[in-house]
Amino acid sequence: MNSFFKYFSDIFHGVKSLLIGMSVTGRYFFSPGQIVTQQYPENRKDLQMFERFKGEVILIHDANNQHRCNGCGICENNCPNGSIEIISARVPGEDGKPKRIIDKHIYHLGMCTFCGLCVKNCPSNALGFSQEFEHAVFDRSKLNKVLNKPGSSIIKGVE
Amino acid sequence: MKEIVNLPVSKPEEEEYHINMGPQHPSTHGVLRLLVSLQGEIVKNLKPHCGYIHRGIEKMCEKDTYPQIIHLTDRMDYLSSHINNHAVCLLVEKALEIEVPERVQYIRTIMDELTRIQSHQLWWASFGMDLGGLTCFFYGLRDREMILDIWEETTGSRFLQSYNCPGGVMQDIHPNFQKKVHVFLKTFKKKIKDYEKILSGNVIFEQRSKGVGMLTKEDAISYGITGPSGRGSAWSCDIRKTEPYSMYSKVHFNEVLRYECDSYSRYMVRMQEMYESMNIIEQLIDNIPAGDYAARMKAVIKLPAGEYYQRVESARGELGVYVVSDGNKTPYRMKFRTPSFTNLSVLDHLSRDMKIADLVAIGGSLDLVIPDIDR
Ligand code: SF4
Ligand code: SF4
Repeated sequence: MNSFFKYFSDIFHGVKSLLIGMSVTGRYFFSPGQIVTQQYPENRKDLQMFERFKGEVILIHDANNQHRCNGCGICENNCPNGSIEIISARVPGEDGKPKRIIDKHIYHLGMCTFCGLCVKNCPSNALGFSQEFEHAVFDRSKLNKVLNKPGSSIIKGVE
Repeated sequence: MKEIVNLPVSKPEEEEYHINMGPQHPSTHGVLRLLVSLQGEIVKNLKPHCGYIHRGIEKMCEKDTYPQIIHLTDRMDYLSSHINNHAVCLLVEKALEIEVPERVQYIRTIMDELTRIQSHQLWWASFGMDLGGLTCFFYGLRDREMILDIWEETTGSRFLQSYNCPGGVMQDIHPNFQKKVHVFLKTFKKKIKDYEKILSGNVIFEQRSKGVGMLTKEDAISYGITGPSGRGSAWSCDIRKTEPYSMYSKVHFNEVLRYECDSYSRYMVRMQEMYESMNIIEQLIDNIPAGDYAARMKAVIKLPAGEYYQRVESARGELGVYVVSDGNKTPYRMKFRTPSFTNLSVLDHLSRDMKIADLVAIGGSLDLVIPDIDR
């Protein structure tokens, strides 16, 4: 007799537990606003990333195409996986002595792990992160970038 | 006429055969191959084959300076990346005898607990999915999104944050941080009730996890099963209690222990740990003291020659970091004792003489993260 009752009470409890679960899923089914997180790529136009978001490393240029990098190479030394290569050049300065300037600030986006050490350790705060996150390209050589824009120069008084 | 010879034929149900589960099996959550010997449906023997995602992190550490090592530890157990960072930072600070500012300790502890919650959320999601409840997967990921957003705003990354650095954290918390954590706690307290309604009491789930994968306390200790899996066997092994670090000695929380020793009890430990983590965050979030977000460190960090060891409680168990230093700016030898690797060792013991479908439940209840096994 006991096992007979148990049999039916098990069925009853089983069905009840399923119905409890379905009450939750049913609630979300009829109010989908609570479950949908983001409609990417539909919201691509007005998608705003957070200001600290580490999209890719950039060399910050101002409106006059000037940056703060003097080619010291500290970011290159701090990068754990060799994603940065600094090629510096020497040009005669105003006082006649040779001066070091950045020739090419090469950045391999494909190798970068976004640890942020280069940005943190740059003594003249020349680097930053952009909010760009759609990095997919068809050819991986496109992931090697030169960060200093053509014709750019260093802001006076930074070096 | 030739006589028909009756060759001895073994009955099919007695024959043992092997199948490979993985390396691309959805329920192993990564590239792990389990070589399973089966007799019919019964698991007789199980051999895990690791190494598919081995990256040689320990060897790579030997050429990296201590601040650079942090970003590699993110990539071991990617679901408790913040806790892994924390372990290395604690070790460096211990070796150099540096006192970090109190603000840093608060921030780190809150971040650790957020990490634990989101790790358990994702585990809940995938455990539910393994046992046939696809709905769980979407709900778990949805709620985890809130924590990822909080991180993204403060640390700049959603997943592998590299937020800790020896001496402190990389940047101060975002002004919105406290507000958002409050919103998260308030929301998630309601949402976790849904979790219990959907899965905890579900009859199918209970039948597939109760009494499956029995791990006695003695076995848990002898195999070294730490974390929620060990506490599901009533072994009190929480490093936050036994060797408190950061703020854990000053906050009140319970170490969750369950005594049923099966997959369901490991499940319940994690569910209750989410409540405890929220409890810890609530005690800290409004009292973050003002101050620096990092202690002053030398430009080049060199540990004095010697051996150092630091343990922390990650989302899956005890994480140990062992460093032998010869006084240089890079370690001479670095070794991680990762919880998932040790927890994997018990899988064979637990799944013997169980059905192959139970293997999925047992593996899920141990919460294995494959890059943490191989590292
Ligand atoms: S970006 Fe900064 S650290 Fe790198 S070379 Fe330029 S000035 Fe030096
Ligand atoms: S973010 Fe890290 S990995 Fe990327 S370039 Fe900077 S230092 Fe290198």
